[in-house]
Amino acid sequence: MVHAAYLMLLFPLAGFLFLVAFGRRIGDPAAGWVGTVAVGGAFVVACIVLAGLIGLPADHRVVVHNYFTWFSSGGLSVPVGTLVDPLSMTMCMFVTGVSALIHLYSIGYMKNDRDYTKFFVYLNLFVFSMVLLVLADNLLLTFVGWEGVGVCSYFLVAFWFQRESAASAGKKAFIYNRIGDAGFLLAIFLIFEKTGTIQYESGPGGGIFGQLSHPGGGTATVAVLLLFLAATGKSAQIPLFNWLPDAMEGPTPVSALIHAATMVTAGVYLLCRMNPLLHLTTPGMEVIASIGAVTAFVAATIACAQQDIKKVLAFSTISQIGYMVLAVGTGAYVAAIFLMVVHAFFKGLLFLGAGSVIHGLQDEQDLKRMGALRRYMRWTTVTFTIGFLAIAGIPPLSGFWAKGDVLDNAFAHYKVLWAIGLITAVLTAYYMSRLEVLAFGGEPRFDKPGPHGEPPLHTPHESPWVMRIPLVVLAFFAFFGGVLNLPWVHTHDLESWLAPVFSGTLYNDNLTAGAEWALALTDTAAALIGVIVAVWLWRGAEVDKPALEPQFLQRVWYWDDFYDTIIGRPGQRLSTYLAWVVDARVIDGAVNGTAHLAKVTGTAARKLQTGYARNYALGIALGMALIIAFMLSRTWWG
Amino acid sequence: MSLSGAWYLGLAAVVFTIGAIGLLVRRNVLIMFMCIELMLNAANLTFVTFARMLHDIGGQAVVFFVLVVAAAEVVVGLGIVVTNFRRRSTTVADDLDSLKG
Repeated sequence: MVHAAYLMLLFPLAGFLFLVAFGRRIGDPAAGWVGTVAVGGAFVVACIVLAGLIGLPADHRVVVHNYFTWFSSGGLSVPVGTLVDPLSMTMCMFVTGVSALIHLYSIGYMKNDRDYTKFFVYLNLFVFSMVLLVLADNLLLTFVGWEGVGVCSYFLVAFWFQRESAASAGKKAFIYNRIGDAGFLLAIFLIFEKTGTIQYESGPGGGIFGQLSHPGGGTATVAVLLLFLAATGKSAQIPLFNWLPDAMEGPTPVSALIHAATMVTAGVYLLCRMNPLLHLTTPGMEVIASIGAVTAFVAATIACAQQDIKKVLAFSTISQIGYMVLAVGTGAYVAAIFLMVVHAFFKGLLFLGAGSVIHGLQDEQDLKRMGALRRYMRWTTVTFTIGFLAIAGIPPLSGFWAKGDVLDNAFAHYKVLWAIGLITAVLTAYYMSRLEVLAFGGEPRFDKPGPHGEPPLHTPHESPWVMRIPLVVLAFFAFFGGVLNLPWVHTHDLESWLAPVFSGTLYNDNLTAGAEWALALTDTAAALIGVIVAVWLWRGAEVDKPALEPQFLQRVWYWDDFYDTIIGRPGQRLSTYLAWVVDARVIDGAVNGTAHLAKVTGTAARKLQTGYARNYALGIALGMALIIAFMLSRTWWG
Repeated sequence: MSLSGAWYLGLAAVVFTIGAIGLLVRRNVLIMFMCIELMLNAANLTFVTFARMLHDIGGQAVVFFVLVVAAAEVVVGLGIVVTNFRRRSTTVADDLDSLKG
């Protein structure tokens, strides 16, 4: 059963190819159903493979299967193979599961869109790339999936490319990711140079993880930091996080699937996958943990001041991934994966709920123009509220357990980072409550004209059932997701399941039961403080509170302006200089100069051609005289 | 009585110089043609003289080649001159300057 893993790749790939070939012919909604069934098939396969993997003894749960050799050159041979182990299967389960739900949702959300079919083509290609990224058994194949999800992200962010803002947001996402990808490539080169292989577990000498004695600590630090650069690009961490908020220009199901649940966690997955390498470098781990904590905090502060419902969720995603990165940096890989899984549930749910709101309000995304939606959208309100309570960290919902796990490990490792994480938890509860209150609580504001004179909106309507089913399913998992890894359960939970992958590199927090209880109570108190403060501040009818939404936070800590100043504008000046000085004068100058030289020479030389035969004859005579003189001189003095 | 070879060579040099100067200073195409013939024949005379002086028949043989080539050249050259005269009604070399750069 484990060897059926390749079917997880083939299902979405077949869906993609079928939709490319026949999508336009079968149209709306059949194309959407084909896409959904393809991804649903991948999910069924994932369940079967998972069952097969559970059936194996714990220490045999690493199954590598090479299908064919992609290419070989010199000492490098790159097979196309799958690595099925608890980590990759955990990823596959939630990636295919959440993807299937979001495909289903998109059938309703994208209805009547001009490019309905194209949307599902991209979405299926995305799922294929993501599964390839997760299942690949070597770094290069992972990189192929990594680039695949990147390009799908670009296509989908710029899906409504007729809008200027969407087109430039797509470019921004792509360019930021390219910076990270350069780090990934350099890391692959470095690792291959030091270990002679790019396969994780199999191949010559037991793969990279079998050759870890070769790279010294310094090399490992460099390699890990390069991999982390890749992760900051894909997972939107400082310093490369600015693209994710802009990526909200894409359709909301895309934001839910790619920019919240799956793709943006790829960076964290990569770091977890390379955990034996991370284990070699303490400085590298410290950098990762610090960046994660700082990103979590910065993004959470920004989320407090955003007006656009999707922007709040985008910064929230950055913040939550910051938590995951913090967990990776403290060696708490299980906590990172745990948060990643439940985050996929509740953040997917929140985005789909936001999509439902946007759908019901004729594409209005401004929180200040919502209010009282609880009266019009019951299903959305209930499910969204579950998502909100989960992310805010209210027990016993999933977010409480996952975030608690991360914070416990941070507490045991770096107290400062734990403090930052705890403040972030308060902020998380605050901005999510603010969103909840502004959108669903209070009195309606959509029936009044907008701040820039927009006409009042129609009464919102609940979304169709294809959009409600995913909400309900995700709400269920967002509520109960915590049972995957309860702190007092030590067998048959996520920790013991993932232990073989992280054996020996997993950081043990060694907290006493009393300390764990105290930390859990602290987390709960933090969440409650955030919720209470937000409800108290935002419960009134007045929603314009500039004091609570400072420019500094609305402008994203001036990060974009900072990049604009240090990179954008000098770059523009350099380009202008290159265009009007180097290109216009040096390069064009060389080309035109050559032509000019030929012209001048020609103008001078043409005077020799008088057209008079006697001049030519004189030339011949003089030439002859010269030759004779030369020969005579050789005779007399030679 | 037989003159020494130097006299013949001197005569050839004088004839050649007359031809060369004539070619350079005259403007009439036909005259210039005659000057070329003068130079050719001066060269022929030199060849024959050296053949005699060095007892080598090769010099005399070359003269025949030169005569043949000169005959052919005259045919072509006079053909051009006649055609040109028909088209432009001139035999003045300086009027034929359409190759001026």
